[in-house]
Amino acid sequence: MTQAPDQALLWTIIIGLALGSFALRFAFIGLMGGRTMPPWLMRHLRYTAVAIIPALVAPLVAWPTPTGGTPSLPHIAVATAVFALGYLSRNVLIAMGGGAAGFLVLFLFVG
Amino acid sequence: MAITTTKSAFWKGFRDGAPFMLVSGPFGLLFGVLAVEAGLIVPEAMVFSLSVFAGSAQFTALQLMQENAPLVIILISALAVNLRVAMYSASLTPYLGDAPLWQRACAAYLTVDQSYALSIVQFETHPQMTLPQRMAYFFGTNGCVAPCWMLATFVGALVGAQIPASWGLDFVLPLAFLAMIGPMLRTPAHVIACFTAILTALPATALPYNLGLIVAGLVGMMAGAQAEVWIEKRRENRVFAKDTA
Repeated sequence: MTQAPDQALLWTIIIGLALGSFALRFAFIGLMGGRTMPPWLMRHLRYTAVAIIPALVAPLVAWPTPTGGTPSLPHIAVATAVFALGYLSRNVLIAMGGGAAGFLVLFLFVG
Repeated sequence: MAITTTKSAFWKGFRDGAPFMLVSGPFGLLFGVLAVEAGLIVPEAMVFSLSVFAGSAQFTALQLMQENAPLVIILISALAVNLRVAMYSASLTPYLGDAPLWQRACAAYLTVDQSYALSIVQFETHPQMTLPQRMAYFFGTNGCVAPCWMLATFVGALVGAQIPASWGLDFVLPLAFLAMIGPMLRTPAHVIACFTAILTALPATALPYNLGLIVAGLVGMMAGAQAEVWIEKRRENRVFAKDTA
């Protein structure tokens, strides 16, 4: 187990995220009423999740933590397989199952 | 079964939402385990899940905390991942916007992938539903998912403390995220946004303060939006060409 995170930082993150994500959800249904957002903004918002999440994952796959940051072919191969499975099946459950299987493969053969 | 009362609307939502326990269960479990791995204690992990109630944002924050990213970057990145629920909220407003404020506040808290996906389909296909019925259906979809998410976090955090570090769970999070991305790539524009973000993120790790994530995210979003405009324009041109032929 890693060292406990700084308490002040942790609680700032929890409270900030709680308030922030509630505000994000409430802003529209609670305050906006019938008003609509400009189309250009909606067009960008549509791609937030599919841009931020891959941007977060890519370095984690290219320089995996378990190898201490050294690029590793097995990690990249398993990651690609899980991604492809999710894309082709369009099913989160199947993709997650594939992820679990992929982790098992890495655990057993790479360590 | 047809929805005739507010109560039956709630139970219809409850039944429709039940299968999603299969998603929120493992996710909550994983969050609990990884939170403990990151050094959180069980009550901290619970408060995190209860107050934020947004899986992918929680995972993002956890990952960046372990990378010792600055606070501002952690908050902006996790909230950016959550912007999609803001869009859900915007899209539900025509159906739920006239409800009392306290109900809308509760609905805002409970707006997640599952409740949104089920509700929007239900509301679009059953336009005769009354406002209280719609709200009841929406709350019903969370009847299983929300308690399941909390319970799974709790169990995961308890179990997580027993898991030896040598199992290398560090790579589970990237795999879980990868599993999430695939089904989200519904259009060519989504695919372009995703791969542009990946290609930008790798060199952008050289930027200080984990700024690379935000930069790559923004570049990906702009690429997706731009691709959408192009694709729409091409489609219009094709229709136009057909009309004039």
